[in-house]
Amino acid sequence: MSRLSIITNNKAQTTVESLYKDLERRISASPPGLCPVDLASSFLKMCHAQSCGKCVPCRIGLGQLQDLLEMVLDGKGTMETIDLIEKTAQNIFYSADCAIGYEAANMVLKGLRGFRDDFEEHVLRHRCKCGLYQPVPCVSQCPAGVDIPGYVALVAEGRYGDAVRLIRKDNPLPAVCGRICEHPCEVRCRRTLIDDPVNIRGLKRFAVDHAGDVPLPVPAAPTGKKVAVIGGGPGGISAAYYLTLMGHQVTIFEQRKKLGGMLRYGIPNYRLPREELDREIDQILSLGITVKTCVTVGESPSIVDLRKEYDAVYIAIGAHTDRKIGIEGEDAKGVISAVELLRGIGDDEMPDFTGKSIVVIGGGNVAMDVARSAIRLGASRVRIAYRRRSVDMTAMPEEVAGAIEEGCELLDLHAPLRIEKDVEGNVAALWVKPQIIGPMKNGRPAPVDSSEDEVRLPCDIVLVAIGQGIDSRAFEKQGIPVKRGVIDALNWSGVNAKDLTGVFAGGDCVTGPATVIRAIAAGKVAAANIDEFLGYQHLISADVELPQVRLDDRKNCARINLKERQASDRAKDFEPVECGMTCEEAGQESRRCLRCDHFGYGAFKGGRNEQW
Amino acid sequence: MVNVTINGKHYMAEEGSTILDAAKAAGIYIPTLCYLKDINDIGACRVCVVEVEGCAKLVSACNNQVWDGMVVHTNSPKVRESRRNTVELILSQHDGQCATCVRSGNCTLQTIANDLGIVELPFRKKVPKFEWPMRFPLVRDARKCIKCMRCVQICDKVQGMHIWDISGTGSRTTVDVSMNRKIKESDCALCGQCITHCPVGALREWDDTDRVLDALADPDKITVVQIAPAVRAAWGEPFGLSPEFATAKRLVAALRQMGFDYIFDTNFSADLTIMEEGSELIEKIKRAAAAESGEDTALAEQKFPLFTSCCPGWVRFLKSQYPDMVDQLSTAKSPQQMFGAIAKSYYAQILGVDPSRIFCVSIMPCVAKKHESEIPVMNHDVDVVLTTREVDRLIRSEQIHPEMLIEEEFDMPLGVGSGAGVIFGATGGVMEAALRSAYYLVTGRNPDPDSFKNVRGMEGWKEAEFNLAGTQLKVAVVSGLGNTRKLIEALRRGEVSYHFVEVMACPGGCSGGGGQPIHDGKEMAAGRCDVLYGLDKNNQLRYSHENPAVKQCYQDYLGAPLSHRAHELLHTDHHAWSMPQETEQ
Repeated sequence: MSRLSIITNNKAQTTVESLYKDLERRISASPPGLCPVDLASSFLKMCHAQSCGKCVPCRIGLGQLQDLLEMVLDGKGTMETIDLIEKTAQNIFYSADCAIGYEAANMVLKGLRGFRDDFEEHVLRHRCKCGLYQPVPCVSQCPAGVDIPGYVALVAEGRYGDAVRLIRKDNPLPAVCGRICEHPCEVRCRRTLIDDPVNIRGLKRFAVDHAGDVPLPVPAAPTGKKVAVIGGGPGGISAAYYLTLMGHQVTIFEQRKKLGGMLRYGIPNYRLPREELDREIDQILSLGITVKTCVTVGESPSIVDLRKEYDAVYIAIGAHTDRKIGIEGEDAKGVISAVELLRGIGDDEMPDFTGKSIVVIGGGNVAMDVARSAIRLGASRVRIAYRRRSVDMTAMPEEVAGAIEEGCELLDLHAPLRIEKDVEGNVAALWVKPQIIGPMKNGRPAPVDSSEDEVRLPCDIVLVAIGQGIDSRAFEKQGIPVKRGVIDALNWSGVNAKDLTGVFAGGDCVTGPATVIRAIAAGKVAAANIDEFLGYQHLISADVELPQVRLDDRKNCARINLKERQASDRAKDFEPVECGMTCEEAGQESRRCLRCDHFGYGAFKGGRNEQW
Repeated sequence: MVNVTINGKHYMAEEGSTILDAAKAAGIYIPTLCYLKDINDIGACRVCVVEVEGCAKLVSACNNQVWDGMVVHTNSPKVRESRRNTVELILSQHDGQCATCVRSGNCTLQTIANDLGIVELPFRKKVPKFEWPMRFPLVRDARKCIKCMRCVQICDKVQGMHIWDISGTGSRTTVDVSMNRKIKESDCALCGQCITHCPVGALREWDDTDRVLDALADPDKITVVQIAPAVRAAWGEPFGLSPEFATAKRLVAALRQMGFDYIFDTNFSADLTIMEEGSELIEKIKRAAAAESGEDTALAEQKFPLFTSCCPGWVRFLKSQYPDMVDQLSTAKSPQQMFGAIAKSYYAQILGVDPSRIFCVSIMPCVAKKHESEIPVMNHDVDVVLTTREVDRLIRSEQIHPEMLIEEEFDMPLGVGSGAGVIFGATGGVMEAALRSAYYLVTGRNPDPDSFKNVRGMEGWKEAEFNLAGTQLKVAVVSGLGNTRKLIEALRRGEVSYHFVEVMACPGGCSGGGGQPIHDGKEMAAGRCDVLYGLDKNNQLRYSHENPAVKQCYQDYLGAPLSHRAHELLHTDHHAWSMPQETEQ
């Protein structure tokens, strides 16, 4: 007998480890609308299998709990059963010796609190309140409901133009979204059950890059109706596009010199090249949309004026005002808001940061945008101060990684305290307080001051990227309802203004700062409902025939991620960072799609929406 | 055309056709269970799986297309084993008490299981509970449901009522009334199309045959039975009899053998319906004309079209979906209820008996008729409604062998019906019958009985225009509730306008009724309609107004169409009862 030995996994253990990974991926690809009580019971069964069996509450209690849950699910339970579940789970939570037991019980307790009405529905009416439908995961996760399996299949066939036409049915900005969409579609991709989600955004970009000029559909016969769109961002442009296709005469009122909104005045060229943006916008405008730039709708013209002149108005002003951080020294020269910096860049007003030391405050995508732009504008040092941990940042992980690769330094767990000025009122340093990460609050960990000393970060410029607000005051004055700073619109984009009918609103100015695809979706919804309001029922369709569904086996094959230019090169210019897929890559990636519109529930319900 | 190899032989197949259709065209049969052409091709049951060379997984044949060079094996060992295992799995959750199932002998699951030679199950049986309200005309037996989803699809895609939906998820997924409603709270029209498209015995009508047997056994009861037009085109089908053999007169013989005292024809009351409804239409048109010419402004606001009211599924539909249009329904009762009312008044008087002794049975191709007979204002004039399927079961339970029957005559006088009456069972038939008599009522002359043929045929929404003595009459005929909704929406949008519209809830009319015999995968309505048109053609009587029994009835009892007594007995107030959640006008 040796005193110690090296532990190696046997085959069974190795297999179980890989099954854990399978399960993790499976859970992350769960379809929406499942019965929560059924899931709770299934989770409990797994928890029970993890029990070592030493202690009574866990060994016996979890099994009894599961029996009780099954009774509820089988319609054999009573309201007393629910009480017994709660009592027993509570007891296991208090009395189990280790987390395997008490956290299992805690999951049941959370369920009882979170969906007690579901438990009761099973008891009282022997059925489930759950969503009752399992749509195609990617389509259901896309706010605009783009026909993703459709266009991915078209890419697989090399029909890139048709792919673009199909995308445009629900999203008129495929070039933009191919570059910068946050791709919520990929989150629940069923392909994850096999290996990784399909790189949907990458395929969209590939389709656009290889489609050449794809003509837009011909608008319906003119209706003679006039619609004003306030705000030329992605939401306004989308609404204008669909309304024009429906035959209405649209005028966009834009405050700035050019259209694009945050696409131009918020996202730097290295993520979304201007020529791509301009080409896409120009093509849409060529449908016959009138544009009035450098017009601020507020006092004159007011929304009331517009409503008099137009049959309907869509407010899509976005969220363009900067939020103040509220610390001492914020008025120092050299404190620049992210909104201000990116807006200037959008109009090609490039500040010179050569040799400057810069601190960025914030942890979202905008913080990364300004940090990486600062590098490109010649800054000698860029630090990002963030009060939580880097993993807690709301910026997309690839944006954070990109910033670091390009030379930005991440100072996580450092909360801004005050800005130190020199005698001339210029920024001298940012003082930060080291933080220690604390308990979870609303799903995010809250940082608290640590006992470490304050830190002085000497710098020339502080870039503040802590979110944007909405300038809704002028609209509020004219009777447009505003709630907690955002315009109060309904889920069909309608606005309940006392004296004004036919006013619609959507996008960031209603939801607060969000994503481009949500703005596009809002524009689409508004277009449909404005059309309805004007007394029409125009249908938008793509008239693209899909290729035959492929039956070949979906053998496992990892996801293709997009490559990026080398950090040392790309940090020197504002040229695009990301490289598109090769033909070979796009072919392989598109064939990974499982066609959930055809296989599984999609064949029955919710498969494809050919028109709206 | 593409080249495919199926089971080792080469065939040319239509490009884009499914593997199932390509095999069928080549004479190769692939079993299916959930599949219903153009309606349910969702590959849910996995019974139709085949092996496609190059694919490790089996492929459902019903919803996947052939490609050029495809090599298919429809019955390889892998396929056979999978198919068998799948059916065993289905059976493990199916109440396989075939001896007590109405679909035994006409059940696709039973056939497939037998064909596959399954004699025992390797799995533990787990059959769900049966929970359903007693006596509701439509019965869903969860113990037998195989979740093929056909009922959901028929109700969604054809009838557009969305009564059924998936309920629950995971292992407990089942079919139930949509939006977590109970069936009695739902706006189900009771068309019964889900029943006739169910491959197993999970959906059926509430069985009332016992109540009929009890009445037949009761010496104090005088049993009177009526046979609906469409029943005669279908009742012989389950016995393998042709419609030429399985005539109404042989059904009369069977019913007489069972012990019914008087056997009558709903064609009689169909003719009566034409007299009332046709007169109502003419009256309405006259009033509109009078109002228009300023003769009588009090008659203004004649809302057109007038809708037929003989289909109770349609009446339920209109009351629940468009309650504001209920006043446009003809107030005429359906032929079933007119018959019941006459049987318990005029006929009781002829017999010289107290009407309470008369037990009135009707044989209908319909499930909704069961509800109609129970509407309180119908006074239980019809005591029991049997579907065609139930009467067939009754024939079997009485050990009657219909192939041995000799034709017998209907009883008199309510056994006389015209050709116009018999085509009530076909889509367009009510319209055609009404127009034949309306023409006569307006002009005093009979039209050629075939003048209004344009409204025949299986098309879901038909339109025609006829000149009725100077008035251009625009009519429409619609069958199937999906088509009905389209027509109503178009009416409401002002895109179409008609004077008179015939609506039948079931596609093809009563011939395709939800109470008719079931032939899985086959739509029988068209053939049955042809039978009825044949009967009309061969009938000496082609006009309702010439039916001597109807004339006699008016002369001796009712007076004239739309008379006070006719109103009392033959018309109804559609507002006297409510659909669930119907908003009262």
